[in-house]
Amino acid sequence: MFEIVAHAIDVARVRRAVHDPGFGAILVFEGVARNNFDGRQVVQLAYEAWPEMAIPVMAEIGAEIARRWPGTRTAIVHRTGIVAIGEPTVVIAVGTPHRAECYAASRHALEELKARVPVWKKEIYTDGSAWKANATT
Amino acid sequence: MARIKVLYFAALREDRGRAEEDVEVHDDSTLSEVFAKLFAGSPLMNMPIAYARNLAYASGSDRVEDGDEISFLPPLGGG
Repeated sequence: MFEIVAHAIDVARVRRAVHDPGFGAILVFEGVARNNFDGRQVVQLAYEAWPEMAIPVMAEIGAEIARRWPGTRTAIVHRTGIVAIGEPTVVIAVGTPHRAECYAASRHALEELKARVPVWKKEIYTDGSAWKANATT
Repeated sequence: MARIKVLYFAALREDRGRAEEDVEVHDDSTLSEVFAKLFAGSPLMNMPIAYARNLAYASGSDRVEDGDEISFLPPLGGG
């Protein structure tokens, strides 16, 4: 499951997408809208995506993970539009036979998503807004 | 001349005032040349963008062909 959605993410649905009776570990990572950046109060976030490119890139990341950690299943859902503080902006579920590769694959999926998937974030303050890029390291 | 479709996102979309447009550029123009032409004089002309051509990441030195769909990607903010 690799999706861009314009509504609240159904976290349980993302988890179900990677469920397998042969798995001993499932990790569900939620990236959540935070209320501050560099000491400035953020009232909400607005995400924009290019789904036609974002979804294939997310699927590519999932395929890379399956090659690097065989037997792994990955699902990624990213939200667009206005996201209230505390709500998930992205959900990554990874299922694996054992726990070690589950932690590694989950982290890998998030870092690759931040670097490669065409999604943009605008922070909205009480007195303005700004597009915010991910750190490159 | 090559007729291409350009997609804009995030800060570049706001700067351009539209999400996409068809433009004509010289044959064999590179992606970075197209960006420089379209955003000449814009406050975003020096933004560290990535390039996409026909739904795949591309290099700024890649040349456009008639019928291409291209985009300039502002620094990503997903996650």
